[in-house]
Amino acid sequence: MSDDLDLNLLTVSSARASVQERQTTATALVESFYTKIQTEDRQSGQVNAYLTLTRDRALEQAKRMDSIVDCGNPLPELGGVPMAIKDVMVTRGIRSTAGSKLLDNYVPPYDCTAVSRLEAAGAIILGKLNCDEFAMGSSNENSAWGPVRNPRDLTRVPGGSSGGSAASVAAGTAVAALGSDTGGSIRQPAAFCGVVGMMPTYGRVSRYGLIAFGSSLDHIGPLTKSAKDAAIILRHIAGRDPMDSTSADLPVPDYEAEIGKSVRGLRIGVPREYFPDEMDADVRSSVEAGIKLLASSGCEVKYISLPNSRYAIPTYYVLATAEASANLARYDGVRYGYRSPNAKTLGEMYRRTRAEGFGPEVKRRIMLGTYALSAGYYDAYYLKAQKVRTLIARDFTEAFKVVDAIVTPTTPTPAFKLGEKADDPLAMYLADIFTVTASLAGIPGVSVPCGRSKTGLPIGMQILGRHFEEGTILRLAHALEHTRAGVST
Amino acid sequence: MKITLRDVDYVASLANLALTDAERARMQRDLNAILEYVDQLSELDTSNVEPMAQVSLLASVANPVVAPLRSDELRGSLPHDAAIRNAPQSDGTFFRVPKVIER
Repeated sequence: MSDDLDLNLLTVSSARASVQERQTTATALVESFYTKIQTEDRQSGQVNAYLTLTRDRALEQAKRMDSIVDCGNPLPELGGVPMAIKDVMVTRGIRSTAGSKLLDNYVPPYDCTAVSRLEAAGAIILGKLNCDEFAMGSSNENSAWGPVRNPRDLTRVPGGSSGGSAASVAAGTAVAALGSDTGGSIRQPAAFCGVVGMMPTYGRVSRYGLIAFGSSLDHIGPLTKSAKDAAIILRHIAGRDPMDSTSADLPVPDYEAEIGKSVRGLRIGVPREYFPDEMDADVRSSVEAGIKLLASSGCEVKYISLPNSRYAIPTYYVLATAEASANLARYDGVRYGYRSPNAKTLGEMYRRTRAEGFGPEVKRRIMLGTYALSAGYYDAYYLKAQKVRTLIARDFTEAFKVVDAIVTPTTPTPAFKLGEKADDPLAMYLADIFTVTASLAGIPGVSVPCGRSKTGLPIGMQILGRHFEEGTILRLAHALEHTRAGVST
Repeated sequence: MKITLRDVDYVASLANLALTDAERARMQRDLNAILEYVDQLSELDTSNVEPMAQVSLLASVANPVVAPLRSDELRGSLPHDAAIRNAPQSDGTFFRVPKVIER
């Protein structure tokens, strides 16, 4: 292995090239990532992004990639690229916990489609990543395996629920990662850790093998060091999958080619509801600076309104918890996962298994969702929220008649301290205030770094697009990265 | 307070969750705080608004992208041993559970 390879700087294309051009081998690359993980992630007080290392599977794939190079053949597009997977995606023969004690010993008999598509394109899966339990949380503090720490400041949260995914990419212990996003769980941690995080259009990427949270809101997407890496990975995981009836039967564009196009003439909307008077000054100035850079690249900036945005958090927390309460009914201690040893009857076994297996936030959401669906409250909460969801989606439909993309802050503040909001569920829910609207509307969104706070914490800009127009928002994210690089050098 | 402890117990029984006394009190407090926040939805007049259950239906107005049903043909399924391998308790053929009849 060549010692001059800086693992922190590797991108999807440079990792592949280093193996293809024999600067290193895939096997040596994997070994050096595991060394880095052991010394920088796994010790007490460190990042804690990894829950499980998939060493055998990684080395087997690395060997396959090395033999392709040895035979003088070109690697597949993700060939030799070390990646990691949020532990809410199931992997055959490898324990998949969803961050829950309840699934401590669960070893799935099949692979998530997105994961098998990555491997088919040559990617090497290093391990499974920490996350909030069943993807429920905005700080990664709800993991049964301890919180992830933000690699940019170890006293702060990495965001959630894909905290391990964002942290591993930011710390350079994976070149790229997959996360899942139900209300902001890819975009918010990406913003907190200073990486790119993409939630594709609902239906763009198959959900087969994604442990379900809110089925009408769940998405799989990439977390990467650049918009270009996100574009490359998205092309490989996107597309119709017969195992997910909600996956879209549409051709998958070459996103990498799309991001090369000019952004000149694109109309970007700035919704006033996302820039309240009391907003964090660093977030405001960073996002406004990003908007200026896009304008200087030839985008036309338009001020717009998304009037129902203020209802998005209550709408989201009714619908997501209602769907969760149904999805999590499957954890009954019968077929897989934890079973309480302290029960004499079947009913008692269900109740105790769930009481002992789930953490406090998961119980809270199951309770809230069950209440919203219960007789007498269904119309007032669940049905009402579904109707408001229509209004929120309509806001976007109207806006996209006059703009091609919408830019907002990804989060109201930079990364907060560990423990700061842990005892106040409502304050934690508000961390998702700018991300849940796109989740409800099913449109794609990407968070891209756009600046830093006075204390050096990363700040993200969220770019939202029309259904299935991931290419446009990745193009804008790519343009922002390049104009920012031009400004800071 | 909208939610009483009795409501908490009722919902917990629907959700098959055993709660400790400390959890019941905490749950009552949290659910009341969250529901009070959620109640702002009632400000909106939604009498002529259709509920939205699935995004893909919305997307399909412009793009008929979702094939709702697969063709009705026989396909393989998970092998029996793989399906019960994760069972907390099985006899090799069936899942084993505690006594079902509670009397």
